[in-house]
Amino acid sequence: MAEYRLTTPLSEGDVRKLSVEDVVYVSGVIYTARDMAHKRLIEVAERGQKPPVEMDGSVIYHAGPVARKIDGEWEILSAGPTTSSRMNKATPLLLKYYSVRMIVGKGGMSREVAEALKERGAVYCHYTGGAAVLAAKCVRRVVKVEWLDLGMPEALWVLEVEDFGPLIVTMDSRGDSLYERLELEVRSKLESLLRK
Amino acid sequence: MRLGVIEEAALQLIKRASTVLPADVRSSLQRAYEEETSKLGKTQLKAILDNIVVAEQMGRPVCQDTGIVSFFVKSRGLDYKGLDEALRRATIRATKEVPLRPNAVHPLTRRNSEDNTGVHIPGITYIYENTDFIDLTVTLKGAGSENMSALYMASPGEGLDGVKRAVLETVVKAGGQPCPPIVVNVGIGGTVDLTFKLAKIAMTRPLGVRHLEKEIAELERELLALVNSTGIGPMGLGGKITALDVKIEYAHCHTASLPVGVNIQCWADRRATARIYPDGSWEVLS
Repeated sequence: MAEYRLTTPLSEGDVRKLSVEDVVYVSGVIYTARDMAHKRLIEVAERGQKPPVEMDGSVIYHAGPVARKIDGEWEILSAGPTTSSRMNKATPLLLKYYSVRMIVGKGGMSREVAEALKERGAVYCHYTGGAAVLAAKCVRRVVKVEWLDLGMPEALWVLEVEDFGPLIVTMDSRGDSLYERLELEVRSKLESLLRK
Repeated sequence: MRLGVIEEAALQLIKRASTVLPADVRSSLQRAYEEETSKLGKTQLKAILDNIVVAEQMGRPVCQDTGIVSFFVKSRGLDYKGLDEALRRATIRATKEVPLRPNAVHPLTRRNSEDNTGVHIPGITYIYENTDFIDLTVTLKGAGSENMSALYMASPGEGLDGVKRAVLETVVKAGGQPCPPIVVNVGIGGTVDLTFKLAKIAMTRPLGVRHLEKEIAELERELLALVNSTGIGPMGLGGKITALDVKIEYAHCHTASLPVGVNIQCWADRRATARIYPDGSWEVLS
């Protein structure tokens, strides 16, 4: 359980050294993206167009913040992670088209995602679900927001963060997944619990 | 009853529910932190407790998913249309004033209404109570936990085993996704619409308050112990505290049916209740 402080853009080397249960703090610029932004990022790539943000070495945060505009400036009030499994289907494609290096969310992702992380050199990190004000306190500034037509939660928020964390590496770039380890244990207990 | 009073009370309740967790939830999370032995699990409960404090101090939404707004109204008779409009206005105002995240979208076009209202939303459940006052409860239900809910049509022959299987399989399948430690609210019996209505009514009962019938109370305790022996733990990172409570409401059902509705609630169990008196005064109960 090593601890790392990383700055964006992340290199493949930055994330290849991370293992399950390591703790990471990220500084720099991260992007929020949920169901609809994933869909659009993939559509943009498939049309051969460029997205409005630099995707090389990026950190994608599965989150839809509560934001407020004061005197023309956006402020993030609350910004915890959303359930990552909703992006299971889109993520292998996202990783195919873009050099995303880190995904931050909660609840874990599928085996297909684990394989894509391994192949492309990226990791999945967990942030405490619902710890939304703590997360918002790591946001120094809203750089910009793109695709606001998707609605506040689904838009792509470009956030400058400082020491965003603690993030726990739960799926590393070698295909290891903390969720799969635990699920095996829990599943093996289930039948005996039901027989009691 | 003046509808303006109901609107004002509802607005204050939404503000409270989104920024301050009920006392029973806070103490239950504190106890979970003290009892949890897994190292990773404890870090998650610590973050949760810290977040609750900061949210209250700053008057900010505890979780960015401020949920779908639902009201539960206990009264003996009301102007339903007027009430619907008052609660709708309160929701629109709260969306701007707290602010809440605009979450309500058309189910097919996914167009966001931007004010947390829409067709049949906010949800309103009327419960008959023969009292002069009105008890108004608001719940803010996030999608992460709602998405993990399930209906299980057990066969009557399975009986109690069917109920246990429904609860445990739903919880295990959900794993860390609904932000454990969760609260499991269960409706047993009825017809499917009623089954989930009962689960939702169980949701409005404070944690640690057992069902009035001894056998049901015992089943609540047993199911809580079972859920907590799965090892899912806080945020699904492993540990002994997977749920804060299991609550049950039941109804008679068809002799050939045994519906079990399992509604999962995340740790941010946001609800607030006010009592509104006939003279227009009101107070927050929890």
